[in-house]
Amino acid sequence: MRSFPVTAAAILLAAGVAMTVAPTGAAAQNRSRVVIGMQLEPPHLDPTAGAAAAIDEVTYSNLFESLTRIDERGEVIPGLAERWEVSADGLTYTFHLRVGVKYHDGTGFDSADVKFALDRARGDGSVNAQKGYFAAIKAVETPDPLTAVVTLSRPDGRFLFNMGSNDAAIVAPESADANKQHPVGTGPFKFDRWVSGDRVVLVRNPDFRDPATPKLNEVVFRFISDPAAQLNAVRSGDVDAFPNFGATESLAILEADRNFVVKVGTTEGETVLALNNGRKPFNDVRVRRALAYAVNRQDVIDGAMFGYGTPIGSHFAPHRAGYVDLTGLYPHDPAKAKTLLAEAGYPNGFDAVIRLPPPVYARRGGEIIAAQLAEVGVRLRIEPMEWAPWLERVFKGKDYDMTIVSHVEPLDIDIYNRSDYYFDYHSDRFAAVMDELSRTIEPDRRAALYGDAQRIIAEDSVNVFLFQLPKAGVQRAGLTGLWENSPVPANDVTAVSWQ
Amino acid sequence: MIGFLGRRLLTLGLTLWLTSLVVFVVLEVLPGDPALLMLGVDARPDTLAALRAQMGLDRPAPVRYLAWIGGLLTGDLGTSQTYGVPVADLIRDRLVVTVPLAGLAMLVSTAVALPLGMLAAAKRNRPADYGVMAFSQLGVAVPNFWFGILLVLWFSIGLGWFEAGGFPGWSAGIGPVLKSLTLPAFTLGLTEAAILARVTRSAVLDTLGEDYVRTARAKGLSRGAVMRRHVLRNALIPITTIVGLQFAFLLGGAIVVENVFFLPGLGRLLFQAISQRDLIVVKDAVMVLAAMVVAVNLTVDIFYAVIDPRPKTAS
Repeated sequence: MRSFPVTAAAILLAAGVAMTVAPTGAAAQNRSRVVIGMQLEPPHLDPTAGAAAAIDEVTYSNLFESLTRIDERGEVIPGLAERWEVSADGLTYTFHLRVGVKYHDGTGFDSADVKFALDRARGDGSVNAQKGYFAAIKAVETPDPLTAVVTLSRPDGRFLFNMGSNDAAIVAPESADANKQHPVGTGPFKFDRWVSGDRVVLVRNPDFRDPATPKLNEVVFRFISDPAAQLNAVRSGDVDAFPNFGATESLAILEADRNFVVKVGTTEGETVLALNNGRKPFNDVRVRRALAYAVNRQDVIDGAMFGYGTPIGSHFAPHRAGYVDLTGLYPHDPAKAKTLLAEAGYPNGFDAVIRLPPPVYARRGGEIIAAQLAEVGVRLRIEPMEWAPWLERVFKGKDYDMTIVSHVEPLDIDIYNRSDYYFDYHSDRFAAVMDELSRTIEPDRRAALYGDAQRIIAEDSVNVFLFQLPKAGVQRAGLTGLWENSPVPANDVTAVSWQ
Repeated sequence: MIGFLGRRLLTLGLTLWLTSLVVFVVLEVLPGDPALLMLGVDARPDTLAALRAQMGLDRPAPVRYLAWIGGLLTGDLGTSQTYGVPVADLIRDRLVVTVPLAGLAMLVSTAVALPLGMLAAAKRNRPADYGVMAFSQLGVAVPNFWFGILLVLWFSIGLGWFEAGGFPGWSAGIGPVLKSLTLPAFTLGLTEAAILARVTRSAVLDTLGEDYVRTARAKGLSRGAVMRRHVLRNALIPITTIVGLQFAFLLGGAIVVENVFFLPGLGRLLFQAISQRDLIVVKDAVMVLAAMVVAVNLTVDIFYAVIDPRPKTAS
């Protein structure tokens, strides 16, 4: 069953070439409608009560809005707050809200909704997947309907970015509890219907404050999990765009076809070969460095990702301010790896288990890495796992030697400072940098501190840093306005139109 | 007949009760925390505890089993943990795809297989027989998902007659629904037909060798009349068994073809629910499938009794 999509795609490829069936192109294209393909169906549509990226990929900026907003490049731009001021000590944020905003059910929007939404997210019964975003908030005050003042108990350099996330969507007290099935937000699209297992349909919100937005009347999100079926849906014209295309191996076919445009952008996903730093032999930095020397990143990218993906040398996205290129720190050098292993007391290598979650990058990457490590005497037993046991055993229980996973939260290098995290890594130097970072607001200083943080974990070779996960998608020629990069999980269609 | 039905219904109830025990215990020992899976790697312990309490996962297993069974008996299937909607609605939404699909597939299968099987038997060891057997061999050998992909290549991407997959929903009307089920039904139906044609052929051949067939021919009945009145009726027993098995299989086992055509059927719901650890949906969906399979078998048993009165009088 697991190898089925690959086999199917291979057969499809052969059959497609043999029969030379040309795509007919979509029948009469409806220029006010777009159909977007997604790999997974969202479990529900309430971004304040779940971590599934699919929720954000339907709702972010389309249905729901937050105080600030993240744009395609990952910059913070105005959202429901058209401007804001931050006090000199970084503890008080004064948000000035937009005039004329209404929820889809006709109820008005004002600062009371902001207070409600933020208090709900940080409150006792909250099931917000990113409750930590709101941890620094001490109080939310509403001096007037168009002003919300948020006071923090400590400075938080990422506060404005976090307030632009979908987890911080400003939901209304009247509708918040029903958002899972009938989402009511303030965005330019309204929820229309959900055909379970097949599609979610959004329609234009005629009362949106800016009459020029959106440009489309209808957006359909269709859920197609099988890569071969995704390719069929795109080629037959059922789907206009597949921003995260599962059939990476078929992108070359589509790229050669002038009916389609292939877009490869970046995501916030640092893909790492994670090591259990608390367990022998990975508690020895020489062993961890040896593994870094033994792994050839480009071969992993070529083999597991068909060449899409940017190598990384630390846990930081290359497109972010403060990025330091550390990919040259441990060049591919099996001889050096062997020397280091011998120094650490493993002249004949050792045996270990690598537990792999379901994504293709992990399963394929794991096989390539196992072959590379075998060259220096490290013998891996591959153990594929489903997500649920992976989370329970590897992530929560720290019961693992090695694993491969992509960490998709933006700017999440601070996870190396969590004492109970599954890497089991502890560094006072790193903790000091993180501490200063949390109190620093000035951008240049923050970038410098991020640089220090990247160097420390790279020198300690906490994990073997592999590549930045690409966002590889395909769309019909003539469609514009979709995000090329993915700073947050989203399919923001507010600017999408047909040329 | 009453005793026969009573015994059958008792077995049916016992089967379902055992199924409920097995599925509950299996899900208890399956690793994976549904709350952690929903909230992801950045969730805080207090948030996880809040969600677990909301889902009722903090209660002991026997209490949860009794609550579940009690709900089932009173017709309350509970609420899905991931989707947040009543499980009954979720399953109904999927059944309206799966049952028509399985039905259409069996229609295609029997419409193709019965005439072909009878033809092959009647023309035994002649070109028509070899032709049917070759078709059937091919049908058994070709994986149905691959055949589905071929149909999509020809009819969706090449000719543009059908969408490559998906289900518009019954609200779109019967036309679009039938259109969306056509390719999947032929995919499933033709591959099932390959098996059914072989079974039909051998069942008919077996009956053709019986003494009463020779007697019927000897008393002057025409070939066609013997086929209709004596051979087909008796050959129907093994054929019905296979049709029943195939239909029961298609209700939950069409998942691979559902994936090719991205159809929201019951098999796919079950698959998703297992990977998302939506335990209540898994349990209910398994029970619904078990109930349907049992019901199909019961129908087949009753049908036996109708076409062949011997078993019930003998017992």
